[in-house]
Amino acid sequence: MKIFGYQLPNMSSLILWGLLWEFVGQIELTFFLPPLSAIFATLWEIGGTPAFLKALRETAQAFAIGTTSAIVIGVPVGILMGKNRLIDELLLPWVNIFLSAPLTALVPVLMVLFGFGLKAIVITTALFAVWIIVLNTRAGVMQINRSLIEMARSFGASPFDAFTKIYFWAALPEILGGVRIGFIRGVKGVIIGQLLISIVGFGALFELYASNFLMKHFWAVLLVLFALSFLIAEFLAWLERKVEYYAASRN
Amino acid sequence: MDTTITENAVAVRNVYKNYGDVEALRDLSLDFPKGQLTSLLGPSGCGKTTLLKIIAGLLPADSGEVLVNGKPVTGPGPDRAFVFQDFALMPWASTIRNVAFGLELRGVAKSEREAVAEKYIAAVGLTGFENSYPHELSGGMRQRVGLARALSVNAEVLLMDEPFSAVDEQTRRKFQEDLLGLVQNENKTFLFVTHSIEEAVYVSNQVAILLPRPSRVSEIIRPRGFRNKDVDSIRRDPEYLDLVDKIWASLKSYVE
Repeated sequence: MKIFGYQLPNMSSLILWGLLWEFVGQIELTFFLPPLSAIFATLWEIGGTPAFLKALRETAQAFAIGTTSAIVIGVPVGILMGKNRLIDELLLPWVNIFLSAPLTALVPVLMVLFGFGLKAIVITTALFAVWIIVLNTRAGVMQINRSLIEMARSFGASPFDAFTKIYFWAALPEILGGVRIGFIRGVKGVIIGQLLISIVGFGALFELYASNFLMKHFWAVLLVLFALSFLIAEFLAWLERKVEYYAASRN
Repeated sequence: MDTTITENAVAVRNVYKNYGDVEALRDLSLDFPKGQLTSLLGPSGCGKTTLLKIIAGLLPADSGEVLVNGKPVTGPGPDRAFVFQDFALMPWASTIRNVAFGLELRGVAKSEREAVAEKYIAAVGLTGFENSYPHELSGGMRQRVGLARALSVNAEVLLMDEPFSAVDEQTRRKFQEDLLGLVQNENKTFLFVTHSIEEAVYVSNQVAILLPRPSRVSEIIRPRGFRNKDVDSIRRDPEYLDLVDKIWASLKSYVE
């Protein structure tokens, strides 16, 4: 964006909103919104504490396992759905239901099924992330150039070869798009899991700070979470741009 | 046995193929002599690509059989290689990986298959583009990659589905000349689908004219006089010109 002939750096709008936040915080309009500078000061204070690092580790672990399983399950299922009419007809209604279902409401059921530990949190995370990965992978596979599939068959590809050497790569731009959105949903899943199932990780911190009205602490953790998911999303967007060249030339 | 009759690399026997209610091929029989180039020529919708894909084993015939070197076709096989109209290159793979892909699927070791690929990349004139990606190549160069891929698996039969229809006219002429060289030097059997009369007469030892709805072979034409002539003088040869005119006369009534 340009203003008065000056090229503004990316995300300049964040500076504007940050200044507004600081201003509203300084005039003490509401306890809910402390000044941004105070939040950063708090972050500096709690950032190195063992409690914070433990929470970060717990959240990162549950998130990593949950989203990895979502990819490991979601991508092959999506490819199968895109390839096979029968499997698609069978699974598509469920995928669509779960994609739009209020998954938070299912969390108590998961607790009954899988207990109160890491397992239930991981499953919650995966459940939030997996459906969009399935759906995007399916969409990617469905628009594969038919003659690429015929090519693989005519040169003697086994179904497994076709799966790993053609379908996966041809759908990669869509898969990465799905993984990116899935990860963002997974962030939501892991926090909801940690809030509702067992009070650990960042969920526990949110719970602790919010119930004690420690808004500076609350916002500090939220900013860390935002920064982390932003970094992951940007990394995946960068990967997507790397394969963009062939998304355009695919057909 | 009569030795003057050339052996057939591919024989199509009484093949029927329907798409729902539409009769695509009816009782089609055709022989493809070994070491020669046979064109399938006809108006669009005459089932020539269908026939080629049945021979490739990509489509099943409803009845009848296809024999390749005397063995019935049940699916794709290493004795046949396909060249696609839209090239069908993997956009995420470099030229050398695309060319070596057939060998990769056969489990040939990387260094070995890349050596073979290098040889055919050079043969189609793409040396220096081994590590380029398809989107960095022109249409003509992409089809050279597709051709090199089909050659590198060393199949006896090359099935070419309108291979030059997506490239520009000058590239196409160059391809046609190169194809004549390939037929002479490679000792393979070529099946060539085209809708261009000039192209069919220019490159073929045998032109099979298919008429549509349902498809059947209406005529087989074998150019004689100019086949061994220099590539540059074919288009001025009286027999060439007569054949082009004759084929046009018989196809004219089927063109909407």
